[in-house]
Amino acid sequence: MNCASVIRRVSSYIDGDLEATIVEEIELHLKTCRDCTILVQQTRLTVRLYYDSDLVDYPVEVQARLHETLRRKICKDPN
Amino acid sequence: MALYCATLALHSIQPGLLAHLAKAPTLSTSNPHRLPSNVVREDEHLLVAAAKAGDAAAFEELVNRYEKKIFRLTMNITRNNEDAEDAMQDAFMKAYSHLDRFQEDSRFYTWLVRIAANEALMRLRKRRPNQFSLDEPIESEDDFIPQQIEDWGPSPEQRFAQTEMRDILRGVIEELPPDFRIVFLLRDVEGLSTQDTAEAVGISEAAVKSRLLRARLKLRQKLNTRFRQDGKR
Repeated sequence: MNCASVIRRVSSYIDGDLEATIVEEIELHLKTCRDCTILVQQTRLTVRLYYDSDLVDYPVEVQARLHETLRRKICKDPN
Repeated sequence: MALYCATLALHSIQPGLLAHLAKAPTLSTSNPHRLPSNVVREDEHLLVAAAKAGDAAAFEELVNRYEKKIFRLTMNITRNNEDAEDAMQDAFMKAYSHLDRFQEDSRFYTWLVRIAANEALMRLRKRRPNQFSLDEPIESEDDFIPQQIEDWGPSPEQRFAQTEMRDILRGVIEELPPDFRIVFLLRDVEGLSTQDTAEAVGISEAAVKSRLLRARLKLRQKLNTRFRQDGKR
Protein backbone atom coordinates (compact mmCIF):
# COMPACT_ATOMS: atom_id res chain seq x y z
CA MET A 1 0.00 0.00 0.00
CA ASN A 2 1.31 3.48 -0.84
CA CYS A 3 0.86 6.84 0.94
CA ALA A 4 -2.09 8.00 -1.21
CA SER A 5 -3.98 4.77 -0.43
CA VAL A 6 -3.36 5.23 3.30
CA ILE A 7 -4.52 8.87 3.17
CA ARG A 8 -7.73 7.87 1.38
CA ARG A 9 -8.46 5.39 4.18
CA VAL A 10 -7.20 7.35 7.20
CA SER A 11 -10.69 8.33 8.31
CA SER A 12 -12.09 4.80 8.15
CA TYR A 13 -8.89 3.50 9.73
CA ILE A 14 -9.17 5.67 12.84
CA ASP A 15 -12.88 4.83 13.10
CA GLY A 16 -12.07 1.10 13.06
CA ASP A 17 -14.22 0.76 9.97
CA LEU A 18 -11.94 -1.34 7.75
CA GLU A 19 -11.53 -5.04 7.11
CA ALA A 20 -8.72 -6.73 9.00
CA THR A 21 -6.64 -7.38 5.88
CA ILE A 22 -6.70 -3.67 4.94
CA VAL A 23 -5.79 -2.69 8.50
CA GLU A 24 -2.80 -5.05 8.32
CA GLU A 25 -1.66 -3.46 5.06
CA ILE A 26 -1.96 0.03 6.51
CA GLU A 27 -0.09 -0.90 9.65
CA LEU A 28 2.67 -2.51 7.62
CA HIS A 29 3.02 0.75 5.68
CA LEU A 30 3.00 2.83 8.89
CA LYS A 31 5.97 0.87 10.21
CA THR A 32 8.17 2.33 7.50
CA CYS A 33 6.49 5.67 6.69
CA ARG A 34 7.04 8.51 9.15
CA ASP A 35 4.78 10.97 7.27
CA CYS A 36 1.78 8.66 7.27
CA THR A 37 2.36 7.80 10.93
CA ILE A 38 2.30 11.53 11.81
CA LEU A 39 -0.77 12.04 9.62
CA VAL A 40 -2.70 9.29 11.39
CA GLN A 41 -1.71 10.61 14.84
CA GLN A 42 -2.62 14.19 13.98
CA THR A 43 -5.94 13.24 12.39
CA ARG A 44 -6.80 11.25 15.50
CA LEU A 45 -5.78 14.20 17.71
CA THR A 46 -7.82 16.63 15.58
CA VAL A 47 -10.96 14.54 16.13
CA ARG A 48 -10.27 14.30 19.88
CA LEU A 49 -9.59 18.03 20.29
CA TYR A 50 -12.97 18.86 18.76
CA TYR A 51 -14.82 16.12 20.60
CA ASP A 52 -13.50 17.41 23.93
CA SER A 53 -14.06 21.07 23.10
CA ASP A 54 -17.00 23.28 23.97
CA LEU A 55 -16.77 26.04 21.40
CA VAL A 56 -20.13 27.70 21.88
CA ASP A 57 -21.39 29.61 24.92
CA TYR A 58 -25.03 29.12 25.84
CA PRO A 59 -26.21 32.54 27.02
CA VAL A 60 -28.66 32.56 29.94
CA GLU A 61 -30.99 34.90 28.06
CA VAL A 62 -31.20 32.43 25.15
CA GLN A 63 -32.00 29.69 27.65
CA ALA A 64 -34.65 31.84 29.34
CA ARG A 65 -36.30 32.68 26.00
CA LEU A 66 -36.38 28.99 25.01
CA HIS A 67 -38.14 27.97 28.20
CA GLU A 68 -40.54 30.90 28.01
CA THR A 69 -41.44 30.03 24.41
CA LEU A 70 -41.93 26.35 25.21
CA ARG A 71 -43.96 27.12 28.31
CA ARG A 72 -46.22 29.45 26.32
CA LYS A 73 -46.75 27.07 23.40
CA ILE A 74 -47.00 23.82 25.34
CA CYS A 75 -49.44 25.21 27.89
CA LYS A 76 -51.57 26.67 25.12
CA ASP A 77 -51.68 23.36 23.28
CA PRO A 78 -50.64 20.46 25.54
CA ASN A 79 -49.98 17.76 22.88
CA MET B 1 -36.95 26.85 36.61
CA ALA B 2 -40.73 26.70 36.76
CA LEU B 3 -42.39 23.63 35.33
CA TYR B 4 -44.17 23.94 32.00
CA CYS B 5 -47.89 24.00 32.76
CA ALA B 6 -47.19 23.16 36.41
CA THR B 7 -50.73 22.09 37.28
CA LEU B 8 -51.03 19.76 34.32
CA ALA B 9 -47.60 18.31 34.99
CA LEU B 10 -48.25 17.60 38.66
CA HIS B 11 -51.46 15.79 37.82
CA SER B 12 -49.98 13.69 35.07
CA ILE B 13 -46.45 12.87 36.21
CA GLN B 14 -45.92 9.26 37.21
CA PRO B 15 -44.84 8.77 40.85
CA GLY B 16 -42.48 5.93 39.85
CA LEU B 17 -40.75 8.17 37.35
CA LEU B 18 -40.16 10.89 39.94
CA ALA B 19 -38.61 8.36 42.32
CA HIS B 20 -36.39 7.00 39.56
CA LEU B 21 -35.22 10.45 38.51
CA ALA B 22 -34.47 11.39 42.10
CA LYS B 23 -31.83 8.67 42.23
CA ALA B 24 -30.02 9.86 39.10
CA PRO B 25 -27.92 13.04 38.87
CA THR B 26 -29.69 15.72 36.87
CA LEU B 27 -27.97 17.03 33.78
CA SER B 28 -29.41 20.50 34.01
CA THR B 29 -27.27 23.54 33.25
CA SER B 30 -26.55 23.93 36.95
CA ASN B 31 -24.86 20.53 37.03
CA PRO B 32 -21.31 20.68 35.67
CA HIS B 33 -21.01 16.91 35.32
CA ARG B 34 -22.10 16.69 31.73
CA LEU B 35 -21.91 13.35 29.99
CA PRO B 36 -20.30 12.87 26.56
CA SER B 37 -22.78 12.89 23.71
CA ASN B 38 -22.60 9.14 23.10
CA VAL B 39 -23.66 8.22 26.60
CA VAL B 40 -27.33 7.41 27.03
CA ARG B 41 -28.90 8.06 30.39
CA GLU B 42 -30.76 4.96 31.49
CA ASP B 43 -33.88 6.91 32.31
CA GLU B 44 -34.24 8.55 28.89
CA HIS B 45 -36.82 6.05 27.65
CA LEU B 46 -38.91 6.60 30.79
CA LEU B 47 -38.88 10.34 30.25
CA VAL B 48 -39.81 9.93 26.60
CA ALA B 49 -42.67 7.56 27.45
CA ALA B 50 -43.97 10.00 30.07
CA ALA B 51 -43.65 12.95 27.68
CA LYS B 52 -45.53 10.99 25.01
CA ALA B 53 -48.31 10.43 27.54
CA GLY B 54 -48.62 14.20 27.92
CA ASP B 55 -46.32 14.76 30.87
CA ALA B 56 -44.94 18.28 30.36
CA ALA B 57 -42.50 17.96 33.26
CA ALA B 58 -40.89 14.93 31.64
CA PHE B 59 -40.50 16.86 28.40
CA GLU B 60 -38.98 19.77 30.30
CA GLU B 61 -36.42 17.40 31.80
CA LEU B 62 -35.48 16.30 28.27
CA VAL B 63 -35.12 19.94 27.25
CA ASN B 64 -32.93 20.69 30.29
CA ARG B 65 -30.77 17.74 29.44
CA TYR B 66 -30.08 18.59 25.81
CA GLU B 67 -30.67 22.34 25.27
CA LYS B 68 -27.01 23.34 25.55
CA LYS B 69 -25.88 20.66 23.11
CA ILE B 70 -28.66 21.52 20.66
CA PHE B 71 -27.77 25.22 20.77
CA ARG B 72 -24.11 24.34 20.20
CA LEU B 73 -25.13 22.33 17.14
CA THR B 74 -27.44 24.97 15.62
CA MET B 75 -24.88 27.70 16.31
CA ASN B 76 -22.04 25.68 14.80
CA ILE B 77 -24.10 25.03 11.66
CA THR B 78 -25.62 28.47 11.12
CA ARG B 79 -22.83 30.67 12.57
CA ASN B 80 -25.58 33.18 13.31
CA ASN B 81 -27.02 33.87 16.79
CA GLU B 82 -30.56 34.63 15.67
CA ASP B 83 -30.82 31.63 13.32
CA ALA B 84 -29.29 29.34 15.93
CA GLU B 85 -31.80 30.39 18.57
CA ASP B 86 -34.78 30.12 16.21
CA ALA B 87 -33.61 26.72 14.98
CA MET B 88 -33.24 25.46 18.56
CA GLN B 89 -36.70 26.71 19.60
CA ASP B 90 -38.37 25.24 16.52
CA ALA B 91 -36.52 21.95 16.97
CA PHE B 92 -37.82 21.50 20.52
CA MET B 93 -41.33 22.53 19.51
CA LYS B 94 -41.31 20.07 16.58
CA ALA B 95 -39.97 17.34 18.84
CA TYR B 96 -42.79 18.00 21.29
CA SER B 97 -45.57 18.07 18.72
CA HIS B 98 -44.24 15.02 16.83
CA LEU B 99 -43.38 12.88 19.85
CA ASP B 100 -45.98 10.32 18.78
CA ARG B 101 -43.94 9.70 15.60
CA PHE B 102 -40.75 8.97 17.52
CA GLN B 103 -39.81 5.30 17.26
CA GLU B 104 -38.35 4.25 20.57
CA ASP B 105 -35.93 1.78 19.04
CA SER B 106 -33.54 4.69 18.47
CA ARG B 107 -32.19 7.31 20.87
CA PHE B 108 -34.31 10.36 21.56
CA TYR B 109 -31.18 12.51 21.44
CA THR B 110 -30.29 11.26 17.94
CA TRP B 111 -33.82 11.98 16.76
CA LEU B 112 -33.67 15.45 18.30
CA VAL B 113 -30.28 16.18 16.72
CA ARG B 114 -31.68 15.24 13.30
CA ILE B 115 -34.60 17.64 13.76
CA ALA B 116 -32.27 20.43 14.98
CA ALA B 117 -29.77 19.85 12.17
CA ASN B 118 -32.61 20.11 9.64
CA GLU B 119 -33.87 23.34 11.18
CA ALA B 120 -30.36 24.82 11.18
CA LEU B 121 -29.61 23.66 7.63
CA MET B 122 -32.85 25.17 6.37
CA ARG B 123 -31.80 28.56 7.75
CA LEU B 124 -28.25 28.22 6.45
CA ARG B 125 -29.51 27.39 2.94
CA LYS B 126 -31.86 30.37 3.04
CA ARG B 127 -29.13 32.77 4.14
CA ARG B 128 -26.37 31.32 1.93
CA PRO B 129 -28.08 29.43 -0.89
CA ASN B 130 -24.90 28.55 -2.76
CA GLN B 131 -22.83 27.38 0.14
CA PHE B 132 -24.41 24.07 0.89
CA SER B 133 -24.96 21.31 -1.60
CA LEU B 134 -26.45 17.86 -1.52
CA ASP B 135 -24.10 16.83 -4.32
CA GLU B 136 -20.67 15.50 -3.72
CA PRO B 137 -18.20 18.40 -4.00
CA ILE B 138 -15.93 17.98 -6.99
CA GLU B 139 -12.36 17.97 -5.84
CA SER B 140 -9.21 16.63 -7.36
CA GLU B 141 -6.97 14.14 -5.60
CA ASP B 142 -4.56 17.01 -4.87
CA ASP B 143 -7.21 18.71 -2.76
CA PHE B 144 -7.03 16.14 -0.08
CA ILE B 145 -3.45 14.99 -0.30
CA PRO B 146 -1.89 16.87 2.64
CA GLN B 147 0.46 19.67 1.67
CA GLN B 148 2.53 19.58 4.83
CA ILE B 149 3.17 16.80 7.25
CA GLU B 150 5.24 18.07 10.12
CA ASP B 151 5.52 16.94 13.68
CA TRP B 152 3.51 19.22 16.02
CA GLY B 153 6.15 18.76 18.72
CA PRO B 154 5.03 18.74 22.34
CA SER B 155 1.31 18.15 22.77
CA PRO B 156 -0.65 21.22 21.58
CA GLU B 157 -2.94 20.74 24.58
CA GLN B 158 0.04 21.43 26.86
CA ARG B 159 1.45 24.29 24.77
CA PHE B 160 -1.72 26.35 24.55
CA ALA B 161 -3.92 27.65 27.34
CA GLN B 162 -7.50 26.35 27.28
CA THR B 163 -8.98 29.66 26.06
CA GLU B 164 -6.31 30.01 23.39
CA MET B 165 -6.95 26.46 22.19
CA ARG B 166 -10.69 27.19 22.09
CA ASP B 167 -10.07 30.26 19.88
CA ILE B 168 -7.83 28.26 17.55
CA LEU B 169 -10.37 25.41 17.21
CA ARG B 170 -13.23 27.84 16.69
CA GLY B 171 -11.35 29.88 14.08
CA VAL B 172 -10.27 26.80 12.15
CA ILE B 173 -13.69 25.11 11.99
CA GLU B 174 -15.30 28.36 10.81
CA GLU B 175 -13.03 28.30 7.77
CA LEU B 176 -14.33 24.88 6.77
CA PRO B 177 -16.93 24.92 3.94
CA PRO B 178 -20.45 24.20 5.34
CA ASP B 179 -20.73 20.88 3.42
CA PHE B 180 -17.78 19.52 5.34
CA ARG B 181 -18.38 21.34 8.62
CA ILE B 182 -21.88 19.92 9.11
CA VAL B 183 -20.85 16.31 8.53
CA PHE B 184 -17.86 16.73 10.85
CA LEU B 185 -20.04 18.28 13.58
CA LEU B 186 -22.67 15.56 13.44
CA ARG B 187 -20.21 12.66 13.29
CA ASP B 188 -17.29 13.83 15.41
CA VAL B 189 -18.79 16.35 17.82
CA GLU B 190 -22.33 15.04 18.33
CA GLY B 191 -21.34 11.41 17.90
CA LEU B 192 -24.03 10.42 15.36
CA SER B 193 -23.54 7.28 13.28
CA THR B 194 -22.80 7.52 9.56
CA GLN B 195 -26.37 6.40 8.81
CA ASP B 196 -27.95 8.98 11.15
CA THR B 197 -25.73 11.72 9.73
CA ALA B 198 -26.69 10.74 6.19
CA GLU B 199 -30.39 10.89 7.08
CA ALA B 200 -30.04 14.20 8.94
CA VAL B 201 -28.23 15.92 6.08
CA GLY B 202 -30.05 14.18 3.25
CA ILE B 203 -27.01 12.68 1.54
CA SER B 204 -25.79 9.11 1.02
CA GLU B 205 -23.63 7.25 3.55
CA ALA B 206 -20.82 7.19 0.98
CA ALA B 207 -21.02 10.99 0.74
CA VAL B 208 -20.87 11.26 4.55
CA LYS B 209 -17.70 9.16 4.62
CA SER B 210 -16.14 11.12 1.80
CA ARG B 211 -16.96 14.50 3.36
CA LEU B 212 -15.80 13.34 6.78
CA LEU B 213 -12.44 12.27 5.38
CA ARG B 214 -11.98 15.63 3.66
CA ALA B 215 -13.20 17.59 6.69
CA ARG B 216 -10.79 15.82 9.03
CA LEU B 217 -7.86 16.26 6.64
CA LYS B 218 -8.67 19.93 6.04
CA LEU B 219 -8.96 20.59 9.78
CA ARG B 220 -5.69 18.79 10.44
CA GLN B 221 -4.01 20.86 7.73
CA LYS B 222 -5.37 24.14 9.11
CA LEU B 223 -4.45 23.18 12.67
CA ASN B 224 -0.97 22.31 11.42
CA THR B 225 -0.57 25.87 10.15
CA ARG B 226 -1.95 27.42 13.36
CA PHE B 227 0.06 25.26 15.71
CA ARG B 228 3.26 26.05 13.81
CA GLN B 229 2.55 29.81 13.58
CA ASP B 230 1.38 30.24 17.16
CA GLY B 231 4.06 27.94 18.50
CA LYS B 232 6.77 30.20 17.05
CA ARG B 233 5.65 33.32 18.90
